[in-house]
Amino acid sequence: MQSLLDMMTDPNSQWILLGCVLLGLCSGVIGCFAYLRKQSLMGDTLAHSALPGICIAFMLTGTKSILLFLIGAGISGLLATFGISWITRYSRIKSDAAMGIVLSSFFGLGIVLLTQIQHSDYGNQSGLDKFLFGQAASMIGSDVQTMLIVCAFIVIACTLLFKEFKLISFDPGFARGLGFPVGVLEQLLMFFIVVAVVVGIQAVGVVLVAALLITPAVSARYWTDRLGIMVVMSGLFGALAGVVGTWLSSTTASLPTGPISVLASTLLFIVSLLFGPRRGLLAKRIVRSRARQTLMEEQKSRMRDLVKEGSSL
Amino acid sequence: MSRQLQAAGVPLQINSLSVAYQKKPVLRNVSLEVTEGQLIGIIGPNGAGKSTLIKAALGLIPKLEGSVLVYGKPYNEQRKLIGYVPQRESVDWDFPTNALDVVMMGRYGRLGWFRRPGAKEKAIAMECLAKVGMAELADRQISQLSGGQQQRVFLARALAQDAKLYFMDEPFAGVDAATEKAIIMLLQELKGQGKTVIVVHHDLATVKEYFDSVMLLNIEVQAFGKTEDVFTRSNLQQTYGGRFAFLDRQEDEELTLLSGKGRG
Amino acid sequence: MTDFWVLLTGALVASCCAILGCFLVLRRMSMIGDAISHSVLPGIVIAFMMSGSRDSFIMLLGASVLGLITVFLIQLFQQSGVQADASIGVVFTALFAIGVVLVSLNLKNVDIDLDCVLYGEIAHVHWNTWEMSGMDMGPKAVWMLGITLLIIIGVISLFYKQFKLCAFDPALAAAIGIPVALFHYLLMGLVSMATVSSFESVGAILVVGMLIIPASAAYLLTDRLGAMIFISVAIGIASTGIGYGVSIVLDASIAGCMVCAAAVLFILAFLLSPSHGLVARKLRRRTLSGNTAV
Repeated sequence: MQSLLDMMTDPNSQWILLGCVLLGLCSGVIGCFAYLRKQSLMGDTLAHSALPGICIAFMLTGTKSILLFLIGAGISGLLATFGISWITRYSRIKSDAAMGIVLSSFFGLGIVLLTQIQHSDYGNQSGLDKFLFGQAASMIGSDVQTMLIVCAFIVIACTLLFKEFKLISFDPGFARGLGFPVGVLEQLLMFFIVVAVVVGIQAVGVVLVAALLITPAVSARYWTDRLGIMVVMSGLFGALAGVVGTWLSSTTASLPTGPISVLASTLLFIVSLLFGPRRGLLAKRIVRSRARQTLMEEQKSRMRDLVKEGSSL
Repeated sequence: MSRQLQAAGVPLQINSLSVAYQKKPVLRNVSLEVTEGQLIGIIGPNGAGKSTLIKAALGLIPKLEGSVLVYGKPYNEQRKLIGYVPQRESVDWDFPTNALDVVMMGRYGRLGWFRRPGAKEKAIAMECLAKVGMAELADRQISQLSGGQQQRVFLARALAQDAKLYFMDEPFAGVDAATEKAIIMLLQELKGQGKTVIVVHHDLATVKEYFDSVMLLNIEVQAFGKTEDVFTRSNLQQTYGGRFAFLDRQEDEELTLLSGKGRG
Repeated sequence: MTDFWVLLTGALVASCCAILGCFLVLRRMSMIGDAISHSVLPGIVIAFMMSGSRDSFIMLLGASVLGLITVFLIQLFQQSGVQADASIGVVFTALFAIGVVLVSLNLKNVDIDLDCVLYGEIAHVHWNTWEMSGMDMGPKAVWMLGITLLIIIGVISLFYKQFKLCAFDPALAAAIGIPVALFHYLLMGLVSMATVSSFESVGAILVVGMLIIPASAAYLLTDRLGAMIFISVAIGIASTGIGYGVSIVLDASIAGCMVCAAAVLFILAFLLSPSHGLVARKLRRRTLSGNTAV
């Protein structure tokens, strides 16, 4: 507990804590819609395809600014989503393979660019690969301020557009029939995912950023059947995982914040999977054994009736 | 002993089979004994558990309760006696293979673990394709076949299995009239060879014409027996409930046509 | 000599991955390949921690076991109602996180470079040679990849019909008594082996590219499974060669260039395939509409 207090008072740790909480919150919220649209792995694909965008942004400007990276990653992320929909629309390749193709091609291109950066004399490239692996501990005040703005933006937008996002997640065809600009809304949602991913990469790295989007949303799905509650819970789960991650990693010097947050989130998922009301494994097992019991009883009573009939004859 | 002997002549015997996906039982207490050399239709509304019954009988989904015997023995000892035609939509028709190859897959069960299909299998597959009138399309990539042709390929594959008891899941769904006629002639031929065919069917208009026996199913068995005894208005109404539009004045045929699109 | 070893290693990686990739693509399990390639990391670290050696074969074993655990967990969650791709995402991120934590806990005594796991360094392969009774037998990675390739070819050709039927119609496969689950895990085990043997040279993420891209391109070029496998291997090997050439010109990551070359070949197949290409389709539509107009 002492360390928790230390962490609360140390200004540096405060920034990191705030950053992780915000990140968990906003990716938890946006992840719900991705999950319901069956696009959970889109986060992973976007994270990988952000790499060439980030590299090009760095090569063009020579600075490591989160805003520029955001723009670069956003553009290459959108190109990646176009690529996926092109491949699935114009060939017989299914969406999973299309995702794999786009993900690895973009990442391959990104690595080529990264080696170009490393081999040429861009001044302060040293931190770029750290950026890719994620290093929450290296976040500073100005980074967190950018994150604050971005997260507030996403959360507010999701609140305002809640019913539209709900509709396009559930039944896009119907939404189109009602006259909503479904294409625009879908692109907007995709753009929010890109933003959440790019912000997340800095804290947890390319590979683990998918977990920030998926795991809290899946966990929240186990506790409720209402989208509003699910979104709020998912955001809270994400934030909680951020707190646990920051706290545990501040107690042990060698523990990295990002992976610990992801593991905390996974733990929450396992608890939800086991104990969620109605959908959880435990609840399901109880229901199943009850079904078997009622069946047995029905059969017994039927047999009794038959015997009665027989004896009365 | 005598019971066992008796059971050995019964193609399919299901004893109080129950299946539940979640809370709700999808099949409750289904019992059934099939006579050899018959065409048997399984009829019922959507969600009545028709396909589930077939899948449970084949051991593809877990049973809650009950037993299934094929010619007196558990299903997994008798696999070679059984042919199966799944629903057409259950496979990916973009798969890189041709019609002949799909039919040859019917022989895989008999080939055992390591043997590869050879000239003999190819000859059998060609023969089966010819029986369904598809011999000239043997080399066609399967995605370029029409719905009816795909169904014929599936049927040819079942023929290649050379079984004694066939399960067919909606073989008439979405096929053209010519294919439907070809399929039913084939089923008659199988029956003539003393084989037993169990068909999930949804077109009430053709039931009397096609099947010797009918099972009316809606979670539980509503009625089972010879078509002329079982396929009656009162039984159908009991099975389909409110969904069976009952118009007194009209003739049977018209009436069944009305409700024939029950599967949707 | 370096060129030779790099090209040989690349060709072996491409062949292993391209064969298995065909089945992954056809079974719509491409992203499971991605998941396996990521969860290799904790497998390697745990194998190292338990054995204390960097012996490649022990790591191969550890990582293969973890690959199977990944598949098992994904299926377990799927059966308990989690969407397919969400359960993939949950499992591989959790396992990868465990891997990163283990590496950072043991940073001082584990000589595992995270960068190397993720990006691979095929140019270093020939430094790590295998010596037997004083004789230089060539790079270890080549031996390991060669053995893996032999196993893959052996298993796939022995059980070709089973793998084919399980991919096309698993319900029928189960009905005629093929142990579908066994072949599923056999395939997944082979994918894990291929991933582990390859990660040292191309890195965990780019293995996915070698698994999926050549197989998808081949899928657009042929309508026969057997031909698809051979075309897939050819495209894989071709992209190795092209990629290596380009990487020398550009002085860039070899593995990255190989995947980019594969991507370019895929785009060519996507546009120009005689049967399924975009151009051929457009032309066919034009002639069709032209005919109806006349």
